[in-house]
Amino acid sequence: MADPMKIRAAMQAGRVEVKILMAHQEETGLRKGPDGELVPPHFISNVSVMHAGREVLRVQWGRAISKNPFLQFAFRGASRGDELTVTWIDNLGDSRTDRITIT
Amino acid sequence: MKPATSNSAESPLSRRAGQGPSLPCVAGPRPAKQGVRAIADRWPLAFAASALVCATVRAADPTSVYRQMLADDNPAELAVARGQELWQTPRGPKHAALTACDLGQGPGVLAGAFAALPRYFADTGSVMDAESRLVHCMVTIQGFSRPELAATPFSELGEPQTDLEVLVAYVAAQSRGATIRVPQGVPQERDSYARGRDLFYRRAGPYDFSCATCHGADGLRIRLQQLANLTRSEGARSAFGHWPAYRVSQGAVRTMQWRLSDCVRQQRWPQLIFGSQAAIDLSTYLGVLAGGGTMDAPSLRR
Repeated sequence: MADPMKIRAAMQAGRVEVKILMAHQEETGLRKGPDGELVPPHFISNVSVMHAGREVLRVQWGRAISKNPFLQFAFRGASRGDELTVTWIDNLGDSRTDRITIT
Repeated sequence: MKPATSNSAESPLSRRAGQGPSLPCVAGPRPAKQGVRAIADRWPLAFAASALVCATVRAADPTSVYRQMLADDNPAELAVARGQELWQTPRGPKHAALTACDLGQGPGVLAGAFAALPRYFADTGSVMDAESRLVHCMVTIQGFSRPELAATPFSELGEPQTDLEVLVAYVAAQSRGATIRVPQGVPQERDSYARGRDLFYRRAGPYDFSCATCHGADGLRIRLQQLANLTRSEGARSAFGHWPAYRVSQGAVRTMQWRLSDCVRQQRWPQLIFGSQAAIDLSTYLGVLAGGGTMDAPSLRR
């Protein structure tokens, strides 16, 4: 099962600064394990951030993302106390959803 | 050859960059080399620019700039979160949580505990560091097998973190900002310090290395890594205060015992056994020397 994300979302000069740290192994599929066999690719393929029923960020990722990826972005149109929902799905179908209140 | 003053590469900046024995800088080639000088005559601006980069990098230690940039998203936070879960969840054959574990400040008290370890524990009659104490708690409180825990204390590259690693990260995080005060109140603790210090200065192995060979003077480095001078408090504070740490190159949180055992490996000494007296004593030596410093772990390391 996937580990929880660390999410921070804070109002700064009228914008919401969102910082997301995701726990994920992120295998490229190019690395060989101790047995000499290729370790199969395992990476986050989609990230979606929802605010009040509106998708404020949609991400499509490939295998070139680092382990435990960090994602930072900002958007307008939200206020303190609103809830953000962050969801990622990886190429093996595993997923994780976490919620946070904007401060 | 022209006199140096007429050469644009010989600006005050580049001269400053050429001084000193430490980090080789971006400007690289010494102005004294004739081939370089000819190029510098043709491309004066390029050389002036690289000299500037070099001076800036020197002004602020590049490693600290790098750490600052990554401080916001230290993946050690993920390990801390998992460690907290493991600390509170009843686990093991005895189905018990670690909340009764005494790390020196009383059962379950975590605030500042990591900053005062290693210390003497009356119940085991020995000086223990955070890692060996956590293993002790997992064995006595939760009923886990000591040989199994001691066999795989650290995760392999690409594997998930071990329970011990995330627990150490969690416990250390509860001492962030605390003042380092490794106790020396009882004879056992003073003996541990003395043995650790002796071990630090002992030269051995095929290379006749001691810890002090690399960590005994200011400004030494291995490849481009600056090495802390662990014979002085300042160096010991920065080393002791920053472990455990997330190693970016390994994608994992590493503990102090891992750090020590990797140093010993690079010295080509016999493997440092996890939880051994030697490992704990070295930690005591560093901790006592680091007294008065501030804990800032888990930190971020290359």
